[in-house]
Amino acid sequence: MALLSDRDEKEVRTKLAGLTGRVTLVNFTQELSCQYCRETEQLLKEVAAVSDKIALEVYNFQLDKAQVAQYGVDKVPATAVVGAKDYGIRFYGIPLGYEFGAFLSAVQDVSGGTTDLAPESRTALAELAQPVRLQVFSTPT
Amino acid sequence: MRLAQQLAVESDLVTADLVEVTEFPSLAQRYQVRAVPRTVVNESGSFSGALPEAEFVKAVIAAAQSR
Repeated sequence: MALLSDRDEKEVRTKLAGLTGRVTLVNFTQELSCQYCRETEQLLKEVAAVSDKIALEVYNFQLDKAQVAQYGVDKVPATAVVGAKDYGIRFYGIPLGYEFGAFLSAVQDVSGGTTDLAPESRTALAELAQPVRLQVFSTPT
Repeated sequence: MRLAQQLAVESDLVTADLVEVTEFPSLAQRYQVRAVPRTVVNESGSFSGALPEAEFVKAVIAAAQSR
């Protein structure tokens, strides 16, 4: 059974119609001890199917150690949203509900490789001198 | 959440993890997530709420610079 309804699929297709650059969804999954791994992979397949600019790669968290290390993933389900380069955007857990909107926005942002942040924000970010890891905790509703 | 992603796109020094907290209760406990969204910066700084852009950027930079 599809996770995206026909109406959802249409909305996703519309929202992602303007993608310019290619996006790769890099999914890390495992068979056991992962509540929503299977559903996350299915959701990503359905999203990737709506645009020829989106590709999906699926790796096993237990077996594909090189890719786990490359993307710095430490829990599953995990999805790296990668554009022309890896901007370090990771979704942990199934991106449904409120988080699905953020997920689609991430796809759009990495596709273009640009943001609409204000000049003041860009200036402030340019002053950063050390790595910053943001972890944003949210729920689907 | 989108702001965190945008900061990551904008700066090579920033990465953004968006974590569905109900699937990772141990993390909710570790970072004392009682209301969402909650943003943790470099394991040490944190703030709650969906802040407007200018405040979010300011809060991230302040947390990153704090010890």
